[in-house]
Amino acid sequence: MNALVVSPIAIPLLTAFLCMMAWRSVALQRALSIAGALALFACSVLLFVRVLDVGVLAADIGGWRAPFGITMVADTLSALMVLLNGVVAVAIVFYSIGAIGPRREKHAYHTLVHCLLASVSGSFLSGDIFNIYVWFEVMLMSSFVLLTLGGERGQLEGALKYVTLNLLSSSLFLSAVGLLYGLVGSLNLADIAIKLGSAGDEARPVIAAIAVLFMASFGIKAAIFPFFFWLPASYHTPAPVISALFGGILTKVGVYAMMRVYTLIFAPVFPAAGEILLWIAAFTMVTGVLGAAAQYEIRRILSFHIVSQIGYMIMGLAIALLVLERMDGAPIEDRPAMLATAAMALGGVAFFILHNILAKTNLFFVAGVVHRLRGTGELKELGGLYKERPYLSLMFMVSAMALAGIPILTGFWGKLILVVAGVRAGEYWIVGVSLGVGVLTLFSMTKIWAEAFWKARPEEAEGTEPKPDDTRGTGWMNAVVAGFVVLIIGVSVLAGPIYRVTERAGHELIERAPYIRAVLDEEYLRSLPGGIGERWIEPRAETAAAGEGR
Amino acid sequence: MNSLVLQTASRFLLPLLLLLSVVILLRGHNTPGGGFVGGLLAASAFALQAMAFDVESARRMLRVNLLAMVGLGLTLALVSGFFSLSAGGPLLKGLWFEVPVLGFDDPIKIGTPVLFDIGVYLTVLGVVLTMIFTLQEVVE
Repeated sequence: MNALVVSPIAIPLLTAFLCMMAWRSVALQRALSIAGALALFACSVLLFVRVLDVGVLAADIGGWRAPFGITMVADTLSALMVLLNGVVAVAIVFYSIGAIGPRREKHAYHTLVHCLLASVSGSFLSGDIFNIYVWFEVMLMSSFVLLTLGGERGQLEGALKYVTLNLLSSSLFLSAVGLLYGLVGSLNLADIAIKLGSAGDEARPVIAAIAVLFMASFGIKAAIFPFFFWLPASYHTPAPVISALFGGILTKVGVYAMMRVYTLIFAPVFPAAGEILLWIAAFTMVTGVLGAAAQYEIRRILSFHIVSQIGYMIMGLAIALLVLERMDGAPIEDRPAMLATAAMALGGVAFFILHNILAKTNLFFVAGVVHRLRGTGELKELGGLYKERPYLSLMFMVSAMALAGIPILTGFWGKLILVVAGVRAGEYWIVGVSLGVGVLTLFSMTKIWAEAFWKARPEEAEGTEPKPDDTRGTGWMNAVVAGFVVLIIGVSVLAGPIYRVTERAGHELIERAPYIRAVLDEEYLRSLPGGIGERWIEPRAETAAAGEGR
Repeated sequence: MNSLVLQTASRFLLPLLLLLSVVILLRGHNTPGGGFVGGLLAASAFALQAMAFDVESARRMLRVNLLAMVGLGLTLALVSGFFSLSAGGPLLKGLWFEVPVLGFDDPIKIGTPVLFDIGVYLTVLGVVLTMIFTLQEVVE
């Protein structure tokens, strides 16, 4: 069980190191990379199944008991995120066969990709706030090098903005961790949650400052308003496969971290969070989608859409936090319904992240294929792809419609859950905003469709495409795109059962007790001064705690 | 740099420094020292060679590619954590074995942290030398 929890981190790390040793042979690195990604996927599936089966799993690294050592925790949400990481990993390594080219591969491409995958898994699984910081740094370093790999002028410019803002985020994060440690003397998330929950009223201003620092720091990582500028400035510059990896999974790490700390730690002690995040969500959605409307390069449009989609996720989190905050003053008989609404909102976020990782990564994959076929992503130079590549066009259509939220596809379900939760919470205006943004998303997607696929190819672009030699390997790229389309349709069809899993993740986040109990043992909980750990001990205390604390 | 004094001295110092780095590495478990310091010392030995003669000769002396050395070091460090994992314990927990060695009355205790430290040693050696050699090659 221990091995299973740490395997999504250990496997990509081992793969990265072995790829380093195999520096001489690109072919060997490629084989190692594929084997590593498949192993990561297999382990993440096993972990996910196991967590669904037995509940939250925890592993103390080095055998140092929590809260003194570093603990890795897998609950339903983090297991789901790790599973998605595994899916993207497999897609990326196969897509790379056709897409990346030996020039970049020689410069430790495979090592960097696997370091990035390890750091993403690490951020999802870590139950220790400082350890999350460390994984963020590993992530920043590997993504920075991946971003500049190839050394083109535009890449360096984008990478500079990327690294500057992300370093700022890291320093805010570190200050917040320092303040938090000064306040409660612990870095273990579960332990912090208990101790902060029992802090007196005089600590509230400090807690608010810490919470806002975390909001800004994770907000920069997640690219929320007003911190999103670095994302559209950098994500369209590297090799398309790297854009796909970043666009698919990296910003979600910020959203995940925000969900984790706000539900586990700050929900009971920083009641203003819901309101603030709701406004941020609205601005993020609107600015992202308006920014996209003004762009005429495929990957730039997609980058701005990442921002607006992050807004939906933040909206779900904000609704959940608002409902939880209102529960304090609500009559007892209303509380179960409110709990259900909050769980629905968080489950909706998890579902939306799942949908977004599939749809967005695939759109970037398609953009990569288009770039390969035409040598450009500028809409005005593109055209005629529908005539030439009808299947590719169809696959783009499915992903784009999924992103825009056309019924029965994944985006529709994701938005539906969030909208229903918003209506139940009585936040009608944000629901209106999100629906309006959905329409504008459809506008952007049809723009790409009409310009790149539907319209006739502009005459002056004839003959500028890469020679047939350069388009070798697109078979692998197409296969990955097709695989993702199958996944998107599969998730759309199985939306019901999948939503039940994500809703369970939402319940776990709200209850907090399963997480805390899995990390901290009973002996430690009893030993806490003032009996603050007592309410987390007995399995029966769960319902009482939910009623009294919330 | 073409200095006879430095070249002669480095011939004597190189083996001594390497020997010392291994001693520091091995005593590091309970006393000051360890893989990091040992690695730095070993790197200084090869850096001395690179400065007294040239980078090429130092690279020849190493025989191993630096990147591969870093990879090997990191792999060893990670693998040292797998031992207790395979015994059902947590990742990176130290396991100790008693190994009887000829010439010693008591068996010698060898544990997985030693492997971890060797990994750190190789990683530090590889990383530091990559930096020094790169800078030195710019100068040359």
